[in-house]
Amino acid sequence: MTTLIESQARPTGGTASNRSLRWMRDNLFSSPVNTAITLVCGYLIWQVLSTILSWTVFDASFAATKDACENISGACWAYVHQNARFILFGTFPEDEQWRSVLAIAMLISGVLISTNRRFWSVGLLVGWLVGLVVLYFVLAGGVLGLERVDTAHWGGLTLTLLLAVVGIGFAAPLALMLALGRRSEMPFVKVICVVVIEVFRGVPLISVLIMASVMFPLFLPEGVTVNKLLRAQVGIIFFQAAYLAEVFRGGMQAIPSGQYEAADSLGLSYWQKMGKIILPQALRLVIPPTMSTFISLLKDTSLVVIIGLFDLLATTKSAINDPAWRQQFLEGYVFIALIFFIMCFFLSRYSLKLDRDLKQGMSH
Amino acid sequence: MTAQDRLADRESVIQVTNMNKWYGDFHVLRDINLDVKQGERIVICGPSGSGKSTMIRCLNRLEEHQQGNVTVNGIELTDNVKNIEVIRKDVCMVFQHFNLFPHLTVLENLTLAPMFVLKRKKEEAEATAMKYLERVKIAEQANKYPGQLSGGQQQRVAIARSLCMNPKVMLFDEPTSALDPEMIKEVLDVMVELAEEGMTMLCVTHEMGFAKLVADRVIFMDAGQIIEQNEPHEFFANPQNDRTKLFLSQILGH
Repeated sequence: MTTLIESQARPTGGTASNRSLRWMRDNLFSSPVNTAITLVCGYLIWQVLSTILSWTVFDASFAATKDACENISGACWAYVHQNARFILFGTFPEDEQWRSVLAIAMLISGVLISTNRRFWSVGLLVGWLVGLVVLYFVLAGGVLGLERVDTAHWGGLTLTLLLAVVGIGFAAPLALMLALGRRSEMPFVKVICVVVIEVFRGVPLISVLIMASVMFPLFLPEGVTVNKLLRAQVGIIFFQAAYLAEVFRGGMQAIPSGQYEAADSLGLSYWQKMGKIILPQALRLVIPPTMSTFISLLKDTSLVVIIGLFDLLATTKSAINDPAWRQQFLEGYVFIALIFFIMCFFLSRYSLKLDRDLKQGMSH
Repeated sequence: MTAQDRLADRESVIQVTNMNKWYGDFHVLRDINLDVKQGERIVICGPSGSGKSTMIRCLNRLEEHQQGNVTVNGIELTDNVKNIEVIRKDVCMVFQHFNLFPHLTVLENLTLAPMFVLKRKKEEAEATAMKYLERVKIAEQANKYPGQLSGGQQQRVAIARSLCMNPKVMLFDEPTSALDPEMIKEVLDVMVELAEEGMTMLCVTHEMGFAKLVADRVIFMDAGQIIEQNEPHEFFANPQNDRTKLFLSQILGH
């Protein structure tokens, strides 16, 4: 880093290409050892890039049908063409898939709107609650002449997004309550929160999901059933809330005791102190680990396959089982890897931006 | 007119009788008795670890005492949360490390408690805040964040924040100890002004010049006990206890 800064600080006459040549000389070829390292790394990067590019682009077939894939050494993207509907929407009835598209659009636009701090208000919260109810009827139907679609047929990207967005939306406030409860001076509240946090953190998500899908119904009285998707969703919410609660608690512990004392000495009540003084500072501190938890929640939704729900990964897997497409498993995985990457990368960039925005002006 | 004459017919604001406090096995406060009249200015000094900060922190229940009684404005401090909240409206504290809220602007720091605790309207709270910011000569910084101010400015903001609550008593916990030397005066000036206006003040500090100038009474504490108390002239000219003499020789000796 220092060499970079020094070389930039040096008087830099000449054209841009002159400057970049000088930069390369200073940083990449400054000594025989450096030159050797640069050449070896350059060769490796070229090897990897050229392999990837020729498979995905240069040697690939972008035709819509499989026939074009004969005698091709690269990717056969016809697989994605042919299976996109199933991968994205699962077994949702084909004539009704516009409802799946609408649901995805609603979720994505809801998330995009929520990322803008100008819209953060009680209104947005109400909007989400109303939106989720509408979303439920868009997918489930049964009203306004929409055909009923059982939750078992909700699948693919729709299901992944739904589980992730609802999961994050409910896990975050629950985590906040758990974290406050764990630091509470009321023994009963504290014990409950500690037990919930430790139990859910102490077992793998898979066991939580199996408990939710297999064990939980056994405890219900006969005739009472709770939807499988709902059970899985609640399992995911509690599991991630337990992790997030510890992240939030860490943030609260990092706030100096003087802040608590100043709030107390001004006569603020507990909720005023937490809501106005402690949490705004604590949550700001833990934006990066919070976003990591959200990202892992998003990816962990693919575990619902073990209780028979068809998320994005599961629909891709079963599309590969089709004998006609035996050869094309790689294309399928690359396709959904790209979708997952876009979503996660968005979250991680947003985390950076939020972190930067909130720190502006507030220099410690 | 001596301090005793001036305060003779005043009511007590704070009464402490036989207060004791322990941290585990460590006996931090021993049989503290204290009676503070309205408008009285008290300076508390003593070696570090003598319990002086702990004592004033017991007066607004930032610390709990285990024995004895503390009565503020006629209300006894107990576990009763409602009482504690009532007392804290009247007894404000200025801290060694300012403890301003770094995520709020100076103005927001000053209006938060009046708006939420005293239920003032925003405009009213802001007008009061600006009035006190002008008094501590810092009104032009109202929209900055605390992190952008110097230590002396931050402490003046902290004093203004307390004043916005319109308190009956102000507690100062070593308000100048964390400041660079050149900033001590600007904070002391504000405190002297407050004292001259008749604010009831309890001030833990080593600024003996301040004590001589404004205090009605100087209290010397050591090992959790009040060792000696007197009006400032007598206290400095004629200390009675050996520990007081030693302490004074150490802080005034150079």
